[in-house]
Amino acid sequence: MNVLMPQLGETVAEGTITKWYKAVGDSVAAGDLLFDIETDKTSMEVPAVAAGVLREIRAQNGQTVAVGAIVAIVAESGDAPPGPLEKDASGTRPQLADSPARDSAEPAVSGGTSRAIDPYHGLRTPEKNFGKARLPGGARTTPLARRLALESGIELATVQGSGPRGRVVAADVRRASLSGGSANATMTSSEASPDQIKALYTSTPYRELKLDNMRKTIARRLSESKQQVPHFYLNADFDVEALIALRKEINKGGTNRVSVNDLLVKAYALAMQEVPEANVVWAGDRLLQLERSDIGVAVAVPGGLVTPIVRNADTRSLLNLANELAGLIARARERKLLASEYTGGSATVSNLGMYGVRSFQAIVNPPQATILAVGAAERRPIEAKDGTLRATTMLSVSLSVDHRAVDGATAGKLLAAFRTIVENPLRILL
Amino acid sequence: MAELTYREAVARGIAQEMARDENVVFLGEDIAKAGGVFKATVGLLEQFGPKRVVDTAISEQAILGAAMGAAMTGLKPIAEIMFADFIAVCYDYIANEFPKTRYMTNGQVSIPLVVRCGNGGGARFGAQHSQSVENWCMQFPGLKVVAPSSPVDVVGLLAAAVRDPDPVIFLEHKSLYATKGEVPDGEIVDRLGVAKILRPGKDATILALGMMVPRALQAAATLQSEHGIDCEVIDVRSLVPLDTQCILGSVARTGRVFTVEENPRQLGWGAELVSIIADESFYDLDGPPIRITTPNIPLPAADALEDLAIPSVSRVVETIRRSLSA
Repeated sequence: MNVLMPQLGETVAEGTITKWYKAVGDSVAAGDLLFDIETDKTSMEVPAVAAGVLREIRAQNGQTVAVGAIVAIVAESGDAPPGPLEKDASGTRPQLADSPARDSAEPAVSGGTSRAIDPYHGLRTPEKNFGKARLPGGARTTPLARRLALESGIELATVQGSGPRGRVVAADVRRASLSGGSANATMTSSEASPDQIKALYTSTPYRELKLDNMRKTIARRLSESKQQVPHFYLNADFDVEALIALRKEINKGGTNRVSVNDLLVKAYALAMQEVPEANVVWAGDRLLQLERSDIGVAVAVPGGLVTPIVRNADTRSLLNLANELAGLIARARERKLLASEYTGGSATVSNLGMYGVRSFQAIVNPPQATILAVGAAERRPIEAKDGTLRATTMLSVSLSVDHRAVDGATAGKLLAAFRTIVENPLRILL
Repeated sequence: MAELTYREAVARGIAQEMARDENVVFLGEDIAKAGGVFKATVGLLEQFGPKRVVDTAISEQAILGAAMGAAMTGLKPIAEIMFADFIAVCYDYIANEFPKTRYMTNGQVSIPLVVRCGNGGGARFGAQHSQSVENWCMQFPGLKVVAPSSPVDVVGLLAAAVRDPDPVIFLEHKSLYATKGEVPDGEIVDRLGVAKILRPGKDATILALGMMVPRALQAAATLQSEHGIDCEVIDVRSLVPLDTQCILGSVARTGRVFTVEENPRQLGWGAELVSIIADESFYDLDGPPIRITTPNIPLPAADALEDLAIPSVSRVVETIRRSLSA
C-alpha cells in the first residue's frame, strides 16, 4: 500500500520529512512509527496503518512533498512482490492548491442537465412562462389567469378584471371563455347574429351545439389567417414509387413502423433546411428566420384539430421522428398536449390522404409561412421518357404560402427541393 | 371502534408498539410512575415494567443521550421531552447527532428513535412552555417531523415513527390532549409523508397542522355557510417528509392557498411550503399565497393575549374572506 503525506490541517499544502524510523526492507507492524514530518504549522509522528515490509522510500529526510503524495510504499504481508504498485497519488489525488483547476477540468454533471435538484424533495421548477403580470395596457393578471388564457386562446387584454384592484383572475378568463364574448373573434360585426341565422332555419329541425374552446380557437385563428394572410398556392404531383418501396423495406419485419407521413414530414424538414429563406415566420414588422425545422402535423381530434410540433424534425432520425410524432398524436387525441407542444414551429403538414382526397388547399397557420397539404398516393398512368405509358404511384401536394413572408420563386424552390428529396427518398435516411 | 381522547391515543400508540416489539423502550421525565405530566402515558409502566418504561432524571440531555445510545445499540427508544420548548436544552442531539449519524457513519449506524413532545400553546403556559417548535426541527436534513391532529393519527403516525429506521420528532399538541375522536380497534399503522384532505373544496386550499387543523375545519365551515366560500382543508401531518403531491395537486384545483400556522411567522413551516408552491405551481395560483400565523412575538401567558396571538377561527375566516372577495 501507498503511504501518503498526510493532511495536517485545512490550509496546509505540503510537509517536510524530518526523520525516518524505518529503512527499506524493514518489516513494519501497524502502529510502528514510520517517519516524522514538519509543516509550517506543526510537526508529528506518522505511524504505519498496516503491517508489511517497507519496500520503497520516495521522500528522504529533509525532502518537502505535497499533501497526498506518496512518501513510501509498504508491501502488505501477502502482497504480490514489488512492482510498479499504484500510481503516484499526486496524480490521482486532488491537492488543495489545485482544486479550482480540478473542478474546471471535471466533466459537467450528467451532460447538459444544468438544473439543480432541490435537495429538499427533488422538485422541479416549471420552465413554462405565460407572460408578464402587467399587460401593455396596464391591467394586472394572476399567474393562473395567464395560463388559462393562453391555453384557451383568450386575448387577456380584452378581458375585464374582477379581482382586487381590477386584476384579471381565473374566473374572468373562464367566464370570457364560456361566453365567447369580447374574448374571441368568432363573430365579427359584419357577420349575421345568431338570431338572424336561426331565423333562416325556423322550419328545419336542428340541434344547437355549444362552441368549446378548441372550436372557438380554430374559428378565430383560421378566420384571421384567411382574412389577413395573403395566400397563394403551388400544386405539384410527385412520383412516390421509390418512397413507398422504401417504406415497405423499412417496415419489413421490424416492430417500429414508419408511415408515409413520417417520411414526408422529414423530407419537408430537410427541404426547409435547403431553402432557409422559406423557413421564416411573420412577426408583424419583421421576419424571423428559423434555424431548425420544427414541423407541425395537423391531427384530427374529437371536436377539432391540433397541430403538435415535432421539434428538430430535420436532424432527428426517421425512427425517432416517427416515435415522437406517434407520442404527440396520442397525447393530442387525449387533449393532453402542453401549449408549448403546439405553439411556434416552422411550418405545418396536413395530410388527408387517408380519406381518399386527391389534393386540397390548406389555410396557413400563422405565424408560420407555409403549410403543406398532402393528398392520397394513387396509381396513375404517366408518359415515360420513351413516350410509352406506364403506371406509377403518384402523390399530389399543395403548398399554401403567406406571400408577406415568402414569394412565389422561393416557394417554388422549396417545393422543388422537397420533390427532389421525396423522389430520391434514400436522402431521408441520411 | 372506540372513542379515545388524544392523550389516551398516545398511550395506546406506545403500547401497541411496545407490545409488538420488545426492543421498543420508553423514557422521559415522570412518564412512568406519574403517567406523564399530561397524563398521556398512564398505564404503560404497569403493562411493560420498569425495565422498558423508565423515569429519568430531570435532564433533557441525559434523556436524548441515553436514547441515542440505546438506538445505536439495537433498541428503538421513544423519548419524551415534556414541553417541546425544552428541545432547546438538548438541541445538540436534535441538530447535530441524530440526523447526521447515519450519514457520517456511511450507513453503519442508524438512529431509530422517536422524540415525543408536548408542542404548542393555548394552555396559558407562558412564553417558555407554549411554543410551536416544528420549524426548529424541520431544518435539519436527516430528521423527520410529524405532528398529528387527531387521536387516530396519533396512534398511526406514532407507529410509523417507531418503525421508521431514522430519528423522528413527534409533536403532540398540548391543547389537543383532551380532544376526542374515533379510533378503530386493532393495530393501526400510518405512513409518514402523507397529508390528509379532511374537507374537499374548490375555492381555496387551507394547509394546517396540529391544533390549527380543527380551527381550519371550523373556519372552512363558517366560510361555506356564511360567505359561500368552499375551502379544501389539508392536514399536512408530516412536515418532513412532505406530501408535495397532495398539496400541489390541491393548489392546482383551487388556485389559492392559505397556511394556518401556530409557529411565529418568521421562517415558520408555511414559508417553506409557500416557497415550494411558488416555485412549482406559480401558474396555478390565482392570487398570492397567504400565511396566517402567530406574529413574531414571545407568546403571552395572559389568556386574552394568547388568544389574540395564535390564529383563531375568526382570524382565519376573515383573512380568507377578505382575500377572496375583490
